[in-house]
Amino acid sequence: MTALQDVSLTLAQGSFVTLVGPSGCGKSTLLRVIADLVKPTAGRVGVLGRTAEQARRERAIGFVFQDAALLPWRTALENVELPHEVGGRRERPAHARSAQELLELVGLAGWEKAYPHELSGGMRQRVSIARALAGDPKILLMDEPFGALDEITRDRLNEELLRIWEKTKTTILFVTHSIYEAAFLSQQVLMLASKPGRVRELVPVDFPLPRRLALRDTAEFVKLAARLRGILETC
Amino acid sequence: MAQPAAIAANSIEDPALAAAEAQYFAAKRARAWRRRAMPAVGVVTLIAVWFALVEILKVKPFIAPSPQAVLHTLVDKFGMLMENLVPTAIEAVSGFLVGNFCAILVATLFVHKKAAEEAFFPIVVIINTIPVVAKAPILVLLMGYGLEPKIAIAALICFFPTLVNMVRGLESVNPQTMELMHVLSANKREIFFKVRLYNSLPYLFSALKIASSTAVIGAIVGEWIGTNTGIGALIVQATYAFDSALLYATVIVGSAFSVTFFLIITLIERLVINWQPNMAL
Repeated sequence: MTALQDVSLTLAQGSFVTLVGPSGCGKSTLLRVIADLVKPTAGRVGVLGRTAEQARRERAIGFVFQDAALLPWRTALENVELPHEVGGRRERPAHARSAQELLELVGLAGWEKAYPHELSGGMRQRVSIARALAGDPKILLMDEPFGALDEITRDRLNEELLRIWEKTKTTILFVTHSIYEAAFLSQQVLMLASKPGRVRELVPVDFPLPRRLALRDTAEFVKLAARLRGILETC
Repeated sequence: MAQPAAIAANSIEDPALAAAEAQYFAAKRARAWRRRAMPAVGVVTLIAVWFALVEILKVKPFIAPSPQAVLHTLVDKFGMLMENLVPTAIEAVSGFLVGNFCAILVATLFVHKKAAEEAFFPIVVIINTIPVVAKAPILVLLMGYGLEPKIAIAALICFFPTLVNMVRGLESVNPQTMELMHVLSANKREIFFKVRLYNSLPYLFSALKIASSTAVIGAIVGEWIGTNTGIGALIVQATYAFDSALLYATVIVGSAFSVTFFLIITLIERLVINWQPNMAL
């Protein structure tokens, strides 16, 4: 079975793109191929004009997993510091934020010494976002990061993520199966079709920033969501 | 790390709530006391039954002693009992250290060289199936009558459970954590010291707690053959002399040492593994 075929993505620097598609369309696989977690069976992968492995070694890629994947024996702050301790002990670039600043950025000031078991699911995912930003990556890949959270936490983190993105200007590629999440978060929604996975359509989202949750009740938003659902049904 | 202070502050203003809270904490304290008192009640009951049985059935002192006789022996022969505890303690603790150290090294090797695990793990299992009592004479023949064969027996007995648990602890890392380390381009050494070792610690300590008591058993069994000092030797001598009070006193000293050893390991575990929610002892 071919999971993905001839997929090419061009992300504008600093843009927020979501990947949406039916299950089995290879949206997670695409993210994993970019992060060099999966090697393609045939063909080549180019990321930022390099191979996926080079991009990974240069820390061009940050990855946020669905489950926060924090190390339970490290405090929140120590988890965020992990990227600076492994993979060649790279020094933090002068312009990059410190682990402390990153925790403040994700709204966890005062929780530096807390262990993961003392944090809620939403807070753990915030730590994991801070950790992914610690390498100062060019692209932040997020694989259904809020999929396991309850709706209230998820809504709140959606708003928070937009705020973080506006502050950091990081390019974000975000996988979700929720068209509402996609329409709310992104500037472009990339619809994938399945068997084999390929790009079906690129839908621009023009809502101005900053976006608040109330946006989802507007007629324009509902119309866009309906359009996305229409495309998804033909994928 | 939670902040219950705010909740407590609110409730004090309402007298009904404050009363309910006081009642709750009183009940909690009562439960805690009960938990501590009940084991003591159990021990006292057991000794009372023992005393009654010896008295009522008029059990001969060379068959089973009365509790008072054992207590007398414990007090009168305390110096002699401690003199015999020293070699046993040295053997058990040395064996514990050697056996567990080797197990950790071999587990590390197994995790990094799968072929070694496949080749030698079955041998380890086979050696472990030999009962201690059977291993003891072999080691005495090999190593003589000094402390060495007893240390070797204690070490062997600790080795297997720790090896099995340690291999499992080093290997059972959350797959997403391994993916994270890959994305961060961490090398094998970094994965070992930053992830695998920490992941294995809860597994290691549950093995060490078992090993702390089995190491003492190993040392005592080792002393049954060809020695005249140590808890094991004293057990054999007391049995042959029909000195049941001394036998019981020796057994009590041996198990008191075992329990102390176990508690020390549990205490170290609590100090080392400080990232988990509060565990009950």
